[in-house]
Amino acid sequence: MGDLWSGLTQAFWLVVTLDSELVEIALRSLQVTLGALVVASAIAMPMAAFLAVKRFRFRRPVIALLNALMGLPPVVVGLVVYVVLSRSGPLGALGLLFTPTAMVIAQVIIIVPLIASIAHQSIRDLWQEYHDLLISMNVSQRQKMQTLIWDARRALLTAALAGFGRAIGEVGAIMIVGGNIDHATRVLTTAIALETGKGDFALALALGFVLIGLAITVNLGIHWLGRTEREGRW
Amino acid sequence: MTQMFPVTLSGATARRQGQTLVGPVDLTLDGGGTCVVIGPNGSGKTTLLRLLHGAARLSTGRIDWACDTELAHRAQAFVFQSPVMLRRTVEENLAYPLRIKGEPKKAAHAKARDWAARVGLAGLLNRPAPVLSGGEQQKLALGRALISSPELLFLDEPCAALDGRSMRDIETILTEAKAQGTKLILSTHDMGQARRLADTVVFLLRGKVHEVADAKQFFDEPETAQAKAFLKGDIVE
Repeated sequence: MGDLWSGLTQAFWLVVTLDSELVEIALRSLQVTLGALVVASAIAMPMAAFLAVKRFRFRRPVIALLNALMGLPPVVVGLVVYVVLSRSGPLGALGLLFTPTAMVIAQVIIIVPLIASIAHQSIRDLWQEYHDLLISMNVSQRQKMQTLIWDARRALLTAALAGFGRAIGEVGAIMIVGGNIDHATRVLTTAIALETGKGDFALALALGFVLIGLAITVNLGIHWLGRTEREGRW
Repeated sequence: MTQMFPVTLSGATARRQGQTLVGPVDLTLDGGGTCVVIGPNGSGKTTLLRLLHGAARLSTGRIDWACDTELAHRAQAFVFQSPVMLRRTVEENLAYPLRIKGEPKKAAHAKARDWAARVGLAGLLNRPAPVLSGGEQQKLALGRALISSPELLFLDEPCAALDGRSMRDIETILTEAKAQGTKLILSTHDMGQARRLADTVVFLLRGKVHEVADAKQFFDEPETAQAKAFLKGDIVE
C-alpha cells in the first residue's frame, strides 16, 4: 500500500514538474506507438475491406488465420524481428536493430491482425447492408473498398484504438528489438520493467500511472476527434 | 443513348438452394412506356427485376439485350424496396453515383443540390441519410438513382409502406423521369399505382409469367381466371 501511495505521489510530481526524462520517455512511447498505429492501420484496414468484398478460394482460412494471429505472442514476434534485423540477418545491412524503427516494425506485426480482425467484422456488416446498392451501381472493387472504409470510419476508430491499447502497453517485443537503451529506445513500458527489476517499485508505479494516463488521454482525444458518441452509427 | 430494347428472356430461371424462384420465363419487353410487374407475394417479382438488372444470377436460360449486356447494365439504375442509405449526408448520397463515375466534386455536389430540390429534400441537404423518414429515404433513393440519367430505372415496390402523400410525391418524380425519356420497370402490390403508371403489365404467378398485356386491356379484360381473381382482390396462390 505504501508503494502504491508513494508511486501515486511520485507520478504526480513527475508530471507537475515535467521531469525531462519522463517527458522524453513518454514522447518516445507516443512516437513509436502512434507510428506503428498509422502504419498498421494503413495495412490492416484495406486488408479488412478486401476480405469483406472479395471472394477467393482460401478466404475463410485467411480470415481464421487473421483471427488466430490476434493472439500472437509479442516475445516471439520480437525474437523473429531481432533475427531478421540482426547483423547476420537478411535485413541486417539496414542497421535498424536497437532503433525506434525496429520497435515500430515489431509493434506493426503485433497489431495488424488485431486491427484487421476487428475492422473486418465492422466492414463485413456494412458490406451486407451496402451490397445490393453498390453492385447495382457497377462500383469497382477499389471504389467498394474506399466506400466501405470511409462509411465505417467510426467503427474503424474502435479497431484502431484497440491496436493503440495493445501497442502502448507492449513490452516483450520492443525490449528485445529496442534494447531499452537510455536516450535512444527507452519507452515507458521498458522503463517500468527496468525499475521493477532494480526494485524501485515506487518509480515503476509512477511510470505505470503516467502510462495509464497517457493511454486514456489519447483514447479520449481520438474519441473526441471522431465524434463517435455524438453522431451515432452513421 | 444505348439502344438496349427489346430485351428477351429465353427460359430464364433463377434457383436458390434447390428452390425455383423464377422461371422458366420466356418474355420480350420492347421498352415502350412503363412496364409494371404485378403478382402475389413470392411470385418472383423482385427476382425477375434483379435478373434483368444483372443483380441476380441466372441458373439457366438467357437474357439478351439489344446491345451488349454490360453496356445495358451500366445504363440502368435500381431502387430497392428497402432503400439502402449510405452513412453520409443527403447531399453526399446524391453526389455518390456521380463521384464514382469520376465527376469532379464541385460539379457533382451542385447537381446533388439541384436533385435534392427536385425530389423535395432541399431543406435536408446536411441531414444524415440514415435518420430520414421512410418516405424521405425513398425519395432520396429515387433521386440518387435518377441523378446519373439512367435510360432504364428498375423500382422494386418503391412505395411499399409509404403513406398516400409520399406515394404521390414519388409517382410525380417517376412521371417526370418518364417524360424525360427514362424507361421504367417497376413491381408493385398496389393496383391503384399499377393502373396509374402502367403501359404494359406483366402478371407473375408462382415464378412464371402468367399474362403479359397492354395495361388497359389487362385491367379491363384480363385473359386468365387467376388474373381476374387477383384484380378482384381474391387470394391467388
